[in-house]
This record gives sequence, C-alpha cells and structure tokens, in this order.
Amino acid sequence: MENIIEATGLTKHFGPTRALDGLDLTVRRGEVHGFLGPNGAGKSTTIRVLLGLLKSDGGTVTLFGGDPWKDAVTLHKRLAYVPGDVTLWPTLTGGEVIDLLGRLRGGTDPARRDELIQRFELDPRKKGRTYSKGNRQKVALVAALASDAELLVLDEPTSGLDPLMESVFQACINEERANGRTVLLSSHILAEAEALCDRVSIIRAGRIVETGTLAELRHLTRTSIRADLAGSPDGLSSLAGVHDFTAEGSQVRFQVDTANLDDALRKLTAVGVRGLTSQPPTLEELFMRHYRDER
Amino acid sequence: MNGLAGTGALTRLALRRDRIILPLWALVVALFPMSVASSFKSLYTDPKQLADFAHQMQATPAIVGFYGPVYGDTLGALAAWRSGILLVIGALAAGLTVIRHTRAEEEQGRRELLGATAVGRQAPLAAAFLLTGAASVIIGLLLWGGISSVAPGAGALAMGVQYIVCLWFFAAVAGVAAQVTQSARTARWILGAVLGGSFLLRAAGDAGGSQDSPLSWISPLGFLQRIRPYGGERWWIAAVGAAVAIGVALWAYSLSSQRDLDAGLVAPRPGPARASRLLTGPLGLTWRLQRGTLIGWAVGFAVLSLVLGSAANSAGDAVKESPQLADIFRRLGGAGALGDLFMVTLISIAAIAAAAQGIQTALRARAEEQAGRVEPVLAAAVGRTRWWGWWIGFALGGPALSLVVLGLCGGISYGAGGDGVGRQLPRVLGAALAVLPAVWLTVGIVVALFGLLPRLVAAGWVLLAAFLLLGQLGAVLQLPQWALDLSPFSHVPHLPGGTLSWPPLIWLAVLAALLTGAGVWGFRRRDIG
Repeated sequence: MENIIEATGLTKHFGPTRALDGLDLTVRRGEVHGFLGPNGAGKSTTIRVLLGLLKSDGGTVTLFGGDPWKDAVTLHKRLAYVPGDVTLWPTLTGGEVIDLLGRLRGGTDPARRDELIQRFELDPRKKGRTYSKGNRQKVALVAALASDAELLVLDEPTSGLDPLMESVFQACINEERANGRTVLLSSHILAEAEALCDRVSIIRAGRIVETGTLAELRHLTRTSIRADLAGSPDGLSSLAGVHDFTAEGSQVRFQVDTANLDDALRKLTAVGVRGLTSQPPTLEELFMRHYRDER
Repeated sequence: MNGLAGTGALTRLALRRDRIILPLWALVVALFPMSVASSFKSLYTDPKQLADFAHQMQATPAIVGFYGPVYGDTLGALAAWRSGILLVIGALAAGLTVIRHTRAEEEQGRRELLGATAVGRQAPLAAAFLLTGAASVIIGLLLWGGISSVAPGAGALAMGVQYIVCLWFFAAVAGVAAQVTQSARTARWILGAVLGGSFLLRAAGDAGGSQDSPLSWISPLGFLQRIRPYGGERWWIAAVGAAVAIGVALWAYSLSSQRDLDAGLVAPRPGPARASRLLTGPLGLTWRLQRGTLIGWAVGFAVLSLVLGSAANSAGDAVKESPQLADIFRRLGGAGALGDLFMVTLISIAAIAAAAQGIQTALRARAEEQAGRVEPVLAAAVGRTRWWGWWIGFALGGPALSLVVLGLCGGISYGAGGDGVGRQLPRVLGAALAVLPAVWLTVGIVVALFGLLPRLVAAGWVLLAAFLLLGQLGAVLQLPQWALDLSPFSHVPHLPGGTLSWPPLIWLAVLAALLTGAGVWGFRRRDIG
C-alpha cells in the first residue's frame, strides 16, 4: 500500500520549547488515520509542518512523495485542510469563503457544495464575523469536503459542532472513505476516532507513543470484568494479567490484559458464575493509560 | 452606578497592557514643545530677531495654513505655534488608545469574557476614558512645567490646558466612534476622518490670511488653537472646549448603554451566498480586503488636495493685494513662489500620509497572518510569493494611486484660478510622484521586517513618527545634518518650484527595491504564524 504521508524523526523547536521530538507518522492511501493526543501534544504543529507552513528543524517528511516545504503549491492542489481554530474574514460571507478556498485549490463541485451546505444546515449569506464557532467550523468543513482533493487534513474538525452535526460529519467521512479518499483526522475526542478511524497514532509530548489499527491497539489493552460469583474467588487476584482487583462479598471487579482473558474466564467459570458483564477495551482507556502512567 | 462596577480593575488592566506605548507617546507629546522653545531661544538671542521671524511667518499663508496663526512675537508664542503638529499626534494617540481598549477588545471577544464577570456594561468605556483622560492631564502638567522653565508665564498654563482639552475631545470622539461601528478598523477610520477634517478646515481657513475665518472656528483643532497661549490667552475657549468634550463623552456613554454586546448602531446585513467572479485568487481576496482602504485614502487625498490647492491660489492673491508683502516675496521669488511653497508643504505632509497608507496595508497582511487567515490560503494551492506579492503590490501601489490622485486634483485646483490647469497639472503631478521613492523606501522597511523579523513590524509606526518629527521639527531643534538625513523624506526635491535632482531618487528607489526583495526572501523561508 502506498504511503501518502511519511514522517520520520521530525523535530521542531519554538525557542526553548520542544514541540516535536522525533515524531514518526505514516498515513496510507485510502485510510482514515486518527491522530490522537491532548492539547499541546504537538498535533497542530505536525500538521503545519506537513503543510509546509512551518519548517521542521530535523527529520524527514514526505507528502505524496514530495517535500511539503519546497513543493507546497503543487502538493496542496491534492489536499484540503480544515484548521483547528477557524477564523474567517469578517467581511466575507460563508458562501464566499467556501467558493474562494475552493478556487484557490483549483475547483469545487458546485452541486456537492450546495448539498453539503444543506446537510450541515449552514446559512452561507452571513458575514464571517457573525458566525458562531460551530458555524465557522462548518464553513471550513464544507469548503474541504466539497473539494475533489485526494487527502483531507482535518485538525480537530468537530470542535464546536453539536451532536447532530457531529453525526453528519461522521457520515460524510464514511462516504469519503468509500470514495477512496485519505483522511488525517486529528482529535482528542476518542469516541469519534473509534467510530471513524482505520488506524490511529497517539502522540505524547511531540512523539508517537502508539500506532496501529484499533484491533491491534485493543490487543494492548484490558477488558473490564464485573462478575457475581457462586463461591469465593481465591487466587483470582494473583493471576497473571489481572489488575485493579476488588471483591465485595460475591461481587468481583477487575481488569484483565487481553492476552490473559481466556485464563481469567476459565478461573471464573471454575468458581461458578451467576452474572457477568464485560466491557471491551476502549481507546479511551488505552489513551488514559499512556498519559496516566507516563505523566 | 452598577454599570461602572469593575472600572478600577479594567483601568489597571489597560495600564498593564499599555505600560510601554503610553509613556512613550505621552513623553513625546509633553516634552517636544519645551525642546522647540529651547531651540528657538538659542537660535534667536535678540527679541527683535524673534519678532521679525514671527512677522515673516505670519505673513506667509502657506506656513500659517499648515501650522496655524502666530499669536505673538515672544518665545512662548512661537514655540506653541511651531509645535502644533504635536497637538494632532497627541489627539490621534489618545483616540486610538480609547478604541484599542473598547471596540478592539470587544471585536476580539475578550469583552465577552469580562462581561460575564462582575464588570458593569459601562466599565470598559469608563476605564478607557479614565486612562486617556488621566494621561492627558499628566501630559498637560508635564508640558506646563517643561515649557514654563523656558518661557514662563500664563501662556505655559494655557498651552497645557489646550493639550488636555484637545486630547479629551478626540478621546471622546473615538469613544463615540467605537460605539457606532462593529469593527475597530471602521472606528479608527471615523477618528481619522474627524481629525483630518478638523485639520483641513483649519488649514483652509487660516491660509486665507484672516485670523478669524469661520472655517477655522468650526474646526475643533482651530477652535482650540484660538486659546492663544502666550498671545492674550482666551480661557473661555478652554472652558467651552472641555464642556464639549465632556458632552461628547456622555453621548458615547448613552450610546453604549443602549446597545448589545458586539453590536454597532448599524445592523449587519446578509451578503451574497456565492463568491463573485472577482474573488477567485489571492489578488481577488486582497482586493476585497483592501478596496475600502484604497478608496478611503484616495478620497481623503482628493479632498485634501482640492481644498488646499485652491487655498494655495488665494495665498498668491493675498500677496498681490498687499504691496509690502509683495515686496518681501518678490525677493523670495515672486508671488508664484508663494503658491508653490504652499504646494511643497502640502506634498511633504501628503508623503507621510501616503507612507502611513502603505504601512497600514503591510501591517494588515501581518494581522491576517496572526489571525490564522493566511493558513487556509497557503494550505490551498497558493505560493507564499504570490500571496505576499499581492499584499506588497497594494502596500506600494496604494500610496502611488493616492499620490496620483493628489497630483491630479491638486494640479487642477491650484491651476484653475491662477496660471491655468495646463501649466500646473504636470508640475504638481510630477511633484507628487517625486516623493514616491521615499514613500516606497519607508514601506519597504516594513515589508523587510515582515519577512525577516515579523514580530517587529509594528515598529513601522514608530519609524514613520520619527520621520515625521525629523521633517517637521528636526531643523528647528538644530539636529545635525546626518540625523536629518536619516529620514528618506529629507532627500526628495522641493517640488514644484525647486530643482529636480535624480540621483537621490534613484538611490531611494533602489533601496526600496532591495528591502522589498529582502521581505519576499525572508517570508519564503520563515514559519507562518
């Protein structure tokens, strides 16, 4: 599979602050790639380097096989970008901004533009300064989605959107995936990444700490188990891979590494199970673990 | 009084934000008149010389038009008269400070953050008035103390009061402007129009030769100049002026109490749902963002040159009617030379204004970048040189357009009543274009800063103020020639009427081109944001 974005060992300093510290990132053609991390981890800096807006201090980066700093203009014809903090020209209407950005990029499909404006329930006749945060976001989203770019670079695209619009957004991204477009989606909303992404990379303090498909990542994480047992759970807490074990009478709660799930369940059934709920590992847990443990 | 809750805290916030810029302009405005007075004192040791100089100035309509009438032949009167430009600078700075702490804050959304705390709705305006009002009083006191050490008397106090009232008035005007429009930029335009209009009315009135032209009396600047420091002080004018200033400030309060947060008095209307064919690329975008500015400046230059061009005509006429004056000016080069002198002064002031237009445009590009509006453009298929190139085009071409307008309108109005349009139009147009290299060099410095040291671009205004003061007061303050030569505007020929020398113009243009190139080179290499 061809890689659309390939970054290795990227570094970037702002004065004494180290924003990127040897970042590696690979985005393959046709995938929706989640780029996850909390505020200030370096997501937007990475994206700006990818767009050639910032010059990296070290490392290599290619976009469509080209150099994003040197070949910015030719590469940008093939991508569309939604910035994390959308500011519009105060005197231009939303419709004008959508058309302008489309034309700067090299063309928009007018039918698709109108359809998206309807789906996102955007009033394109209002002036930039009168839009709320969510509506500014919609203007940038419509401009990007209406383009025929191969790559969509979306920096926290749903911040400020209401849940209805969030679901419209998710539907749109799923359509883009079906059309074969590549999406780099930076986010700190893990449920969104879980719903949309084929692969994710987790960034922490300017470095990627985990990358892979959701299934691969789940493998690294733990399932939460809550069980009502017939007997006493002797020896369960000392089993390999069992964490945070608590028992209250016949009720037990614990988390278990995916690799040891089978052993733990055998042990439970040996004691006798009256009731059982299990929660699959969430991205959130994985994420929290990285940040809790290493903070 | 609930509306004023939190005024104290907001005033401290404003002081914290202005801790460098406010003392800077306050000291310039407060102390320059004293240095002008000391300089006159050492230049004219004999009172007779001083009186001769005063009479000669008073008899020159071009000079009286630009600086106002000379109200006496003493040291204090001359110092007060000659430092009149600082009254304009101070008024502009006071007004801009008010807008900076009211409408600009609101437009940025920071007012909303404050409005949700225990801060009254009138508190931001009150804090801005308190800050500028107090700064004006301190300026007045410093000025009084400073100038009375060189030229003692009631005139020193009158001058201090004159500055206080003038700064109050324009601060109050800015307060009203900040209520009327939604954007701080429009508010600044309103302030500039009122200030420029006052200057123009006064200049047109005073150039006629009469000390009491109605045009001068209705101009706020002209009115306050008629306090006549050191020339038979008229205190009642200060009292009326202060009352009017307070009245305008109260008007701003009542406007502010009636409107919603973020709203102006003019409600926003919906615009087009689709972009027109003009809005297709970086040029279309820059044009759309700059067309108002471009037209505004061009109209301003047209009015300025039409009014003052015909005043230059009557300047010549006044001399023809008075045999004694005619005799003085025949030695200086004839009555025609008098009108030319007026045009030279007009064009030298217009050159600074044109440079201000260029700097304003270049800084607008920086504001676009800081607001994050450049990112989406550069993230589309637009190269950096293309984006920045069009902004540079407007920053250099806008002032050129304004000066062409000045040359055409000035030539027509100057020629219409006198020597004929056919003769004056090319002379005035040529003269206006001759200052263009100096304007471009000044803008070029800002363009270079934008590319190489973007955090320092706002220093362009400091630079322009320094060039203005060097040109206006450098010679009076007896600064050495090399210091005067630092200003590019000192190298342009005195046209119409003077001799045209090409080499300095070519040098200025070459330097401007190099600086512009450096600005492009730097921008291609630096980070955005």
